[in-house]
Amino acid sequence: MSQLGVRICKSFGEQGSSFALDVEFSAAAGFTILFGASGAGKTTLLDCIAGLQRPEAGRIAVGATALFDEDARVNIPPNRRAVGYLLQSLGLFPHMTVAQNVQYGLDRLEISGREGRCAQVLEAFRISSLAERRPGEISGGERQRAALARTLVTRPRVLLLDEPLTALDAVTKAQILDDLRAWNREHQIPILYVTHQREEVFALGENVIALDAGRIVAQGSPHDVLQRPQSETVAQLAGFENIFDCGFVADHPEQGTMTCRVAGSTVELEVPLSRINRSRPVRVGIRAGDILLASSPPQGLSARNVFSGTITALELRDVMVVARVNCGAEFEVHVTPAARDALRLEPGGKVWMIVKTYSCQVMQGSNTLVAP
Amino acid sequence: MILQALTLTLRLALTVSAILLVVGIPLAYWLAYSHKRWKFFVEAVVALPIVLPPTVLGFYVLVAIGPLSPVGRWYQSIVGHPLAFTFAGLVVGSVLYSLPFAVQPMATSFAAIDRKLLDASSLLGASRWRTFRRIVLPLGLPGVLTGFVLSFAHTLGEFGVVLMIGGNIPGATRTISILIFDQVEALDYAAANRTALLLLVLCFALLAALYGLRRRGVWNVWGWK
Repeated sequence: MSQLGVRICKSFGEQGSSFALDVEFSAAAGFTILFGASGAGKTTLLDCIAGLQRPEAGRIAVGATALFDEDARVNIPPNRRAVGYLLQSLGLFPHMTVAQNVQYGLDRLEISGREGRCAQVLEAFRISSLAERRPGEISGGERQRAALARTLVTRPRVLLLDEPLTALDAVTKAQILDDLRAWNREHQIPILYVTHQREEVFALGENVIALDAGRIVAQGSPHDVLQRPQSETVAQLAGFENIFDCGFVADHPEQGTMTCRVAGSTVELEVPLSRINRSRPVRVGIRAGDILLASSPPQGLSARNVFSGTITALELRDVMVVARVNCGAEFEVHVTPAARDALRLEPGGKVWMIVKTYSCQVMQGSNTLVAP
Repeated sequence: MILQALTLTLRLALTVSAILLVVGIPLAYWLAYSHKRWKFFVEAVVALPIVLPPTVLGFYVLVAIGPLSPVGRWYQSIVGHPLAFTFAGLVVGSVLYSLPFAVQPMATSFAAIDRKLLDASSLLGASRWRTFRRIVLPLGLPGVLTGFVLSFAHTLGEFGVVLMIGGNIPGATRTISILIFDQVEALDYAAANRTALLLLVLCFALLAALYGLRRRGVWNVWGWK
């Protein structure tokens, strides 16, 4: 059981808008999620580990074996790295059947061994019945399974997955992840899983690395990184629809809170006491689904933040109602259609908005980490 | 006479397109994937026969393989007779003349292959040679076949280069197009008409088959879109 160690620098992007990938981390056996917006450098990082791109400096190693080491002038070509890499586009060979695709990486084995391994992995990923079909003749989910089987059958030392399940429905996705977990219980290799969807992070992760503009901005358990994000980029990715620039007003250490005023308004939010730098801009993130609405002034609540406001817009999005409420500052609030009907919400109507103190996530301004 | 010329022409066209298959595939692969700065130079050289008058090409090939050139002398010292005005000389000139017709469709179809497939092959442990054999060649096959047929058809109808290099020796260098020229010079229009019609029908049938098959997707051998 060996761990993947990565320390690399690489500048990329077009001139002018270019930035550098500069990361250092290690990943033990099991899932490590690479989380970040598109353009954060996630795919470039995987390409470097697989050997498709060459970093300018650093070292990449699995256990004691260096795959790349600038100082020692080691750069093993991708076909001899034994790194399994499932590309975002899958890269299934269109002129070969599923079985031929899966056996492609096994040419060093004898035919009988090849067929045995192929049958075994097709069975594990429940696509035995598709062995003789071509990629053009099977569904998206089946293609994902075939590509995954093709990558795993070579028994790689590390597995890299680049948003492999983004296009799939939740049920198919969950099944494939279960099969992948089952497979890894046996093989125990480091798996780097790239995604920008927070549901996947919670479904998979023991360990999450958040990337932004080529740098690691947060690392830890999904709960640490996403539920209590320390930087705005992660917060946006983690689904904080409301992010306000605020000024610090007062501390209430005995109550465990502090007061911040939303810039350009009189709205004052009571937020959890935090060790942020009070002389610098503060940001407060609130999930739209964490805000309560009431049609009359609420009484006897524990929540510290109650504001009256007007609904400026209502929009039905899938099975969710997105309301915009102005109470001096504009908030996005998500409610169910049932709640909308019960409260008779409509544009122009008056409502009360309730926000728990612990639903307010305090961050330092743009992309700066705050010590927890 | 016409049968002799026809056999000679088909033999020439087949030899030339076979040689171009062997030479053209690596050259097309290089043109499709190389990042060398001077690639444009090679591209221009390969495309040159499309615009160059056959007489110009023929003239320089004649000079290059003639008894006064090192190549010509070297060939004569080995084989015992000069290269010019022989079937072999004709093959050399025709290979150069038809080069772009073979290489360009091949290079285009190689370049159109999704690079991610080549990455995927490499990630599964395949060497470049194996990737070429198992991925590039099968997926680029329509272009390879097109290049083969086009260079064959182009060699069938060639005149200027043959005249310059081969002259007009029955059974050795008198191809159908030369025969037509001969017959017209001799004012035998009826014979010239028969020969010309044969070549016309042959070339048309070949191209109609090529485009017809391509249109019906028969050459999309693997049945994907």
